[in-house]
Amino acid sequence: MQNFTYTQPLSVDKAVGSSGKFIAGGTTLVDLMKLGVETPAALVDVTALPLDQVEVLPNGGLRIGAMVRNSDLANHPEVQKNYAVLSQALLSGASPQLRNMATTGGNLLQRTRCPYFRDPSSGACNKRNPGTGCAAIEGHHRTMAILGTSEHCIATHPSDMCVAMTALEAMIFIEGPKGKRSVAIGDFYKLPGDTPHIENVLEPGDLITHVELPPAPGKNQVYLKLRDRASYEFALASAAIVAKVEGGHIRSVRVAMGGVGTRPWRAHEAEALLTGKPATAEHFKIAAEAALKSAKTHPENSFKVELARRGVVRALKMATA
Amino acid sequence: MEAGVRVAPHADSFSRYTPGWRIVYDEPEGIDPEVNMADESKSRINLKEDQHLLELEPATESLSLAERAAKAMLSRRSFLSGLGAASLVAGAAPLAMAEPASAPAAMQEAPAALLSTTINGKKYDLAGLEPRVTLLDLVRERLYLTGTKKGCDHGQCGACTVHVNGRRVNSCLTLAVMTAGKEVTTIEGIGQPDNLHPMQAAFIEHDGYQCGYCTSGQIMSAVALVKEPIGPTDQDVKEGMAGNICRCGAYPNIVAAVQQVRGHAVNS
Repeated sequence: MQNFTYTQPLSVDKAVGSSGKFIAGGTTLVDLMKLGVETPAALVDVTALPLDQVEVLPNGGLRIGAMVRNSDLANHPEVQKNYAVLSQALLSGASPQLRNMATTGGNLLQRTRCPYFRDPSSGACNKRNPGTGCAAIEGHHRTMAILGTSEHCIATHPSDMCVAMTALEAMIFIEGPKGKRSVAIGDFYKLPGDTPHIENVLEPGDLITHVELPPAPGKNQVYLKLRDRASYEFALASAAIVAKVEGGHIRSVRVAMGGVGTRPWRAHEAEALLTGKPATAEHFKIAAEAALKSAKTHPENSFKVELARRGVVRALKMATA
Repeated sequence: MEAGVRVAPHADSFSRYTPGWRIVYDEPEGIDPEVNMADESKSRINLKEDQHLLELEPATESLSLAERAAKAMLSRRSFLSGLGAASLVAGAAPLAMAEPASAPAAMQEAPAALLSTTINGKKYDLAGLEPRVTLLDLVRERLYLTGTKKGCDHGQCGACTVHVNGRRVNSCLTLAVMTAGKEVTTIEGIGQPDNLHPMQAAFIEHDGYQCGYCTSGQIMSAVALVKEPIGPTDQDVKEGMAGNICRCGAYPNIVAAVQQVRGHAVNS
């Protein structure tokens, strides 16, 4: 690992004023530094910042500090009670050890598991080295994205937490050199387009301070993750459902998908087709078709379309049962 | 291993690590802290090139933080000057940037207590330690606590599992400097051959290993798991132990050992 300087500011102001790369749990960053993908000259440790609390907001929503660890968030009574989809998503991710390390803010910035991105000796990667091309498109791409891709990048967004937060319409609060602002999670991630190295709206020096969840719009919540092994593996396809079902009819629903998109993927088309309809398998299938309609596949990952469809249908069944 | 024999910096070699690192040791009775045991232990242990003995030095509380920072920076300069020209070409920019004013600034901000870490009840001064040293490399390569194993070194196998403030983490992805002010426990800290932790005894009783390489990680994971909010069934244990891979496939016996310690019947 290339050497770097290390500082540990104790206040958000000091952290925002620091020059260097922020490190929290380190589960992505240290890994990528060992691989030579990340070579920061300076690390700014933000784990001592007073951002490790989960608070219930007056409106019934939740304010989650950026330094709250994934395991603490998953097991928080308020999260388990009102945001089951988030607890399930968190507990389906990584391992207990990694969840003890990984933070809320860090998970929002988790990097792709694309093997070409993670291996500097593999020549072409527009995300790692802009302008060099994408080795995955012609290479091994079984795990790659089928939604939101471009001719420059098909890397999958790996997070489970972010998929649940997308269905919960989380707001991301940021402090930076230009002040404070908040961004809806739906506007936070950028599609790769021709700049796959730019993954979100953060600017240099910006620090995620916390995340706010609005009151959950429904109790019918499920996170379903489909993968190559039963645990400790990234999603090939996943679905987060947050719905309100009354008298067998879907009053409101949000559908988000993981493992298939270049960012956490909100399926607005599916939601429109489900709203007001009876909660039946027939309608679930129609919605799932719509959710995958714009999918673009490559030879090795074409199976993901059917896998993701079935995942959405099954998750809707589970959530509305 | 006797306490107090892992000693002496290598100011004469420009290693990957910054020399000048000191241990703050709580001396066991009967050992004279004035005795420099570096030479003795050097002769007793065959050191590899990248291995280092640490200088046994009582805590120097009088040394100011700024002085410590200056010492660390000086070491970094020595490190740079010791490199050949070819090495500098390869890493010039980052290394040059790595010699900055920001490190001392942070040290000045952090309270003194945060510059040391406690490992198995003993306090170690972290000032001067290169920040790129992982907790895993610290305990194995610097402190010779080799019970903790390096498997994948990328957070994918769990062999390196240790506890930080009582919670299990992957030490391979933990920077040692980030454990400042915290309490680290390794497999050596939970039991000894003549005084086994109940989980160690259960692993032996149920034959929860074959080659043994993943075992300390499995046991550290299991000891933490017992205190975590998971369900009572075998399936809960399997999911809870998913972060520890066993190439030999001793999983059923590991589940049996963990369930015994939890007081649950297997196949519950």
